[in-house]
Amino acid sequence: MAYDYEKSLRPGKLPHIWCPGCGHGIVMKGLLRAMDTCGLEKNNTALVSGIGCASRLPGYVDMCTLHTAHGRAAAFATGVKMARPEMNVIVMGGDGDGTAIGGNHFIHACRRNIDMTYVIMNNFIYGMTGGQFSPCTPTGDKASTTPYGNPDPTFDISKLAIGAGATFVARTTAFHATQIDKLIAEGIKHKGMAIIEVLDDCPTTYGRRNKFRSVVDMMKRLKDMAVPVTAAGKMTAEQLEGKILTGVLYKEDKPEYCEQYAKVIARAQGVK
Amino acid sequence: MSIEVIERYCKGCSICVEFCPKNVLEMDGFIVKVARPDDCIKCMQCELRCPDFAIKVHTD
Repeated sequence: MAYDYEKSLRPGKLPHIWCPGCGHGIVMKGLLRAMDTCGLEKNNTALVSGIGCASRLPGYVDMCTLHTAHGRAAAFATGVKMARPEMNVIVMGGDGDGTAIGGNHFIHACRRNIDMTYVIMNNFIYGMTGGQFSPCTPTGDKASTTPYGNPDPTFDISKLAIGAGATFVARTTAFHATQIDKLIAEGIKHKGMAIIEVLDDCPTTYGRRNKFRSVVDMMKRLKDMAVPVTAAGKMTAEQLEGKILTGVLYKEDKPEYCEQYAKVIARAQGVK
Repeated sequence: MSIEVIERYCKGCSICVEFCPKNVLEMDGFIVKVARPDDCIKCMQCELRCPDFAIKVHTD
């Protein structure tokens, strides 16, 4: 049976603005299925985003949504969660928004281990602003601001999140469509900061400058790059060269920030 | 069983055409067309992968 996505979308918003073949639409469908699985409803869910192609996503979804300043989605989401701890807060954003302009907010949201889910759509470039290189653009690849190749080493967003203190970190790609909703659902259920990195394709500003002839080529690259973390243990270092691990990369239980803060309030008010 | 293509939403990226295991779909200019509906095995790959919400596979 065809899945009814339109029940969770604002009427009259489709077709969306994303370019032909952009994986953000696939991630959005995954998010809608995951929210359905977890039983999230309009009144108890806040979708927060910053600026960018990926950050347009909450505009289409019929939930409580908050479209904020560039890179500041995690900071606004922290505010929402602190003021209304009963809300399910989900942040949607891109790699430029989350790790460059909002890098500081991103690592501190991870450090606090506040109970929210951050879905970071890594398309290796700044799409909306004109194809400038981002911290995730692979070394040597071309962007509008690096026409002779990008000299910078790249961020590994998942490792960054683990290092910063996030307690649930998972990675998948836009090709692995069914894994997207499973991981987002797991992240929503996790008590604490959940980072789900989804490797994505940007055919318009990244693909055409880097010799991908079509959207399908970009999708096949994502398929070839991904190695399930469960299978990686049996592979040699040579086989893992140029590959990225997918699946749940890290999970642990730590005290959650809103609960800790409630204890501070109780102490300050002299409640025993 | 029917495959519905919402032509107003389709942007012609051809992801569905490429990843259909039974070659049911093909491009008709910039819009996808259901060329061989009888071959469909209802695997839902096209519906799952369409970034534009443009394909629905009705199984009943």
